[in-house]
Amino acid sequence: MSFPLLTATAALPAIGAIVTAAVPAARSRSDGDGPRGSGTAKVVALLFSVATFVLAMTVLVRFEPGGARYQLTESYDWIPAFGVRYELGVDGIGVALIALTALLIPFVILAGWRDADHLENSSRRWRPTQGFFALILMVEAMVILSFEATDVFLFYLFFEAMLIPMYFLIGGFGDRASGTDEAQAATQRSYAAVKFLLYNLAGGLIMLAAVIGLYSVAGTFSLSEIAQARADGTLEMAASTEKWLFLGFFFAFAIKAPLWPLHTWLPNAMGEATAPVAVLITAVVDKVGTFAMLRFCLGLFPEASKWATPVVLVLALVSIIYGALLAVGQRDIKRLVAYASISHFGFIILGIFAMTSQGQSGATLYMVNHGLSTAALMLVAGFLISRRGSRLIADYGGVQKVAPVLAGTFLVGSLATLSLPGLAPFVSEFLVLVGTFTRYPVIGIIATVGIVLGALYTLVLYQRTMTGPVKPSVAKMPDLKVRELAVIGPLIALLLFLGVYPKPLTELVDPAVGHTLSDVQQKDPKPDVEAAK
Amino acid sequence: MNANAVHTLWTSAAADPISKIPSPTIEYAQLAPVMIVIGAAVIGIVVEAFAPRRARYHIQLWLTVVALGAAFASVVALAVGGYATTKQTSVAMGALAVDGPALFLQGVILLSGVLAAFTFAERRLDRAHGKRVDSFVAQAGAVPGSEAEQAAVKAGFATTEVFPLMLFAVGGMIVFPAANDLLTLFIALEVFSLPLYLMCALARRRRLMSQESAVKYFLLGAFSSAFLLFGIALLYGYSGSVSYAVIADVVDGTLISNDPVLAQTMGNDALLLIGMALVLMGLLFKVGAVPFHMWTPDVYQGAPTPVTGFMAAATKVAAFGALLRLLYVVLPGMRWDWRPVMWGVAIATMVVGAIVAVTQTDVKRLLAYSSVAHAGFILAGVIAATPAGVSSVLFYLAAYSFVTIGAFAVVTLVRDAGGEATHLSKWAGLGRRSPLVAAVFAVFLLAFAGIPLTSGFSGKFAVFSAAAEGGAGALVIIGVLSSAVAAFFYVRVIVLMFFSEPRADGPTVTVPSPLTMSVIGVGVVVTVVLGVAPQYFLDLAGQASVFVR
Repeated sequence: MSFPLLTATAALPAIGAIVTAAVPAARSRSDGDGPRGSGTAKVVALLFSVATFVLAMTVLVRFEPGGARYQLTESYDWIPAFGVRYELGVDGIGVALIALTALLIPFVILAGWRDADHLENSSRRWRPTQGFFALILMVEAMVILSFEATDVFLFYLFFEAMLIPMYFLIGGFGDRASGTDEAQAATQRSYAAVKFLLYNLAGGLIMLAAVIGLYSVAGTFSLSEIAQARADGTLEMAASTEKWLFLGFFFAFAIKAPLWPLHTWLPNAMGEATAPVAVLITAVVDKVGTFAMLRFCLGLFPEASKWATPVVLVLALVSIIYGALLAVGQRDIKRLVAYASISHFGFIILGIFAMTSQGQSGATLYMVNHGLSTAALMLVAGFLISRRGSRLIADYGGVQKVAPVLAGTFLVGSLATLSLPGLAPFVSEFLVLVGTFTRYPVIGIIATVGIVLGALYTLVLYQRTMTGPVKPSVAKMPDLKVRELAVIGPLIALLLFLGVYPKPLTELVDPAVGHTLSDVQQKDPKPDVEAAK
Repeated sequence: MNANAVHTLWTSAAADPISKIPSPTIEYAQLAPVMIVIGAAVIGIVVEAFAPRRARYHIQLWLTVVALGAAFASVVALAVGGYATTKQTSVAMGALAVDGPALFLQGVILLSGVLAAFTFAERRLDRAHGKRVDSFVAQAGAVPGSEAEQAAVKAGFATTEVFPLMLFAVGGMIVFPAANDLLTLFIALEVFSLPLYLMCALARRRRLMSQESAVKYFLLGAFSSAFLLFGIALLYGYSGSVSYAVIADVVDGTLISNDPVLAQTMGNDALLLIGMALVLMGLLFKVGAVPFHMWTPDVYQGAPTPVTGFMAAATKVAAFGALLRLLYVVLPGMRWDWRPVMWGVAIATMVVGAIVAVTQTDVKRLLAYSSVAHAGFILAGVIAATPAGVSSVLFYLAAYSFVTIGAFAVVTLVRDAGGEATHLSKWAGLGRRSPLVAAVFAVFLLAFAGIPLTSGFSGKFAVFSAAAEGGAGALVIIGVLSSAVAAFFYVRVIVLMFFSEPRADGPTVTVPSPLTMSVIGVGVVVTVVLGVAPQYFLDLAGQASVFVR
């Protein structure tokens, strides 16, 4: 038996979480010199996340894009009574997203280095720093497992279980409130956390009903066995059953993704959480939703997916436009990024359900690139907010004169968010639009409005916060520190690299997309393209 | 001697000479669990009468735990001996079944009993006149607030009678799911109900509330017993027998007796339907299903918390066992008649339990309504009417009883000057003051909510998938939606504990003795093990899912 690489990749952050949580409590000093003892926990968490990244890179290297559909597979019986197997395997899409997750977590940890510090000196007996970083690692473990699971039940398990650490991250750790009433901030935080949990739990429970339904129809949870049964023609699934099951799964993923009109938890959650946690939500956890649409909705219910396509495309379109419009109108930086994300998730879902190879490759690339670009923008925004203690756009102005490096990186993040050519998101957005246009020209054209609006909200955000006369409140704002540069530098480099040379990523993803398309028995509409010429 | 012969004896024996009564055969080995428990209870009464007051507590505790342990060992021995699978049989002239479901549930009840005995014996939580005391009244006979009560408290009296009372209750409970004829069913019901009524009245603090709850429980329980008894009479009229097997044969039409005495009534479907409805009513009352759930919140709140935990866990297990046997052994031929009704009851139970729980402000009442909702989930598995339905219900009951006892044990720890602080507002910020206790309680709540990797999830998945396969898909959808509602109030408690600011006058968490600690520890371990690696226990429940007829 070979080394269980996939299990190890997921187990390492889980072990890291336990070790981090076990680091002895900080001795908070009474002389106001700040906490010291919790530093160990941070370092431990960072080391584990970096080690996980190394393992994820090993997965990336060991994976052969042209090889079997699911590679590095592991399979053990777990609960035979329920037909549940511990079955892992990755395809190109999974590898790309695991790599993204493992890449982002060290930056999230580094960016959130001081996020729990202000809780450390409160007289409470809990251990905020250890808790904060342990929870982040726990989320990482569960996200990676849900990218790896090729057993529907196993996937469901981690899909649901990741809500718990996420919930505590949102509800337990907010920005250091300055000026605003701490009690009010706590109320808003717990509201956001509960909203997050209830939305996702409701989605998950609906999915549970569909998971049970799937089992009673197929008699197994294993993706490969179901695919085999479908190929042999032994899988008898009535059309109406398939539609209901599809809806059950899709509902859960649409909440997680989030798709309009199930998106309303995201702005609250991202607004109240600290910037690194917001990145964790939108760049990592939400990707499980779109990933699962590709793997489970399309893979398990091809006919129902085609049946639902028109509605899903329209909802995706509404998400793109609606998210962008609301982003334009936001006064709160974090909520603006949240609405921008809703718009971007619209693009991803559009690409998935366009059912073309460009569309789906683009959507997968989009997941990775959106992760990188949002992380860049949100983390710099977080650095900005931590300096001034306010999330309101109106509280800033002229920052580029005071802190040029901060403003510059913020600009790059903004430009990446609006998909400027030369930066990675451009490639994916372009592919999604091309892929959509070849099959649904009208929808493709309307979707481009989202790009224009994207330019509007990002540039207006930059203009209002960074340019113009220097506001007195930001006059003494320090520029980025080394730790912050270490976070933002690599992200920008990667955005540039993948913008110029996206080939490694597309090569990784394309075969997997081909498999998914053959699941739904769709081919690219070549004749249409020729007719258009 | 077979069951039929006994029943002809009862029905037409008048003409026969007395000398024909055969001596009953009693299979002592197979009856060992019941006899050990009841025997220990009787010894407990004797101890209460003769042992010096100071020694009673220790004697009773040891007696109880040893008896329950021995009974559990004999259950295991019977199961290992094959009585759960191949050698299943009915003993004591057909009165008791020794089969998989019976042994499985007896095991669960006995283990719950051991844990409950530990919480009963906990003496580090409360103090009266500087002495460490348990949760039970010093002298039950003293009027609340009277001088006699104060004198009893001052003298350090303790109601050690709870231990034999509990043993009697356990004795009734382990007979209940094994009862193989209606009279045994009724007697078992009374044997475990009467001690419970008494124990509900024995709270040390808030005695009036406790007594009120006991009266409510008793009155409603007496009503339901009367219904049950009336139903038994009607079913006897229908079939000429109280034996499950005979009634089932008459329902199937395989047994047609031409007994002149019963010619008028035998095989009359009206009697069957009404009788069945009344018997089900009696059982659904004990289960706490809507619309027979009215007693649960008041009784759960008023009873001493250790008793509530015991009652919530063990009674539910016993009553569901009896319900399963009745529906699967006696009335399988009537499936089309009882299913719609049970559907209605299950839906009402899930929905009402989940929705009403949302508005609760007392943690014990909250858990009471949550137990109502859980009764609904279990009913969904009962309705499946398949072997998978039986095994899923067995598993769910096992999982649920440990979570419940653990959760109520945690409730006993959170105290302020007035005793247990059960009002939810007092639990605010508990996670900041006592992270460990709050985390443990959160684990139990998550298990109640059915979050993956807890036993609650495995159980819920088992019953829902059994229900889906049994053709009750709509029930599964409603169950899942009620779970979502239920998740809301469980989460609300977690929010309250972790994200709310602690109140200045908030309760403190008392450090318990190893007794309660071990109860909570076992609860957590079982919750996690049944969530992460449930296979062995699912197999166990699966093997135990065939009823003897």
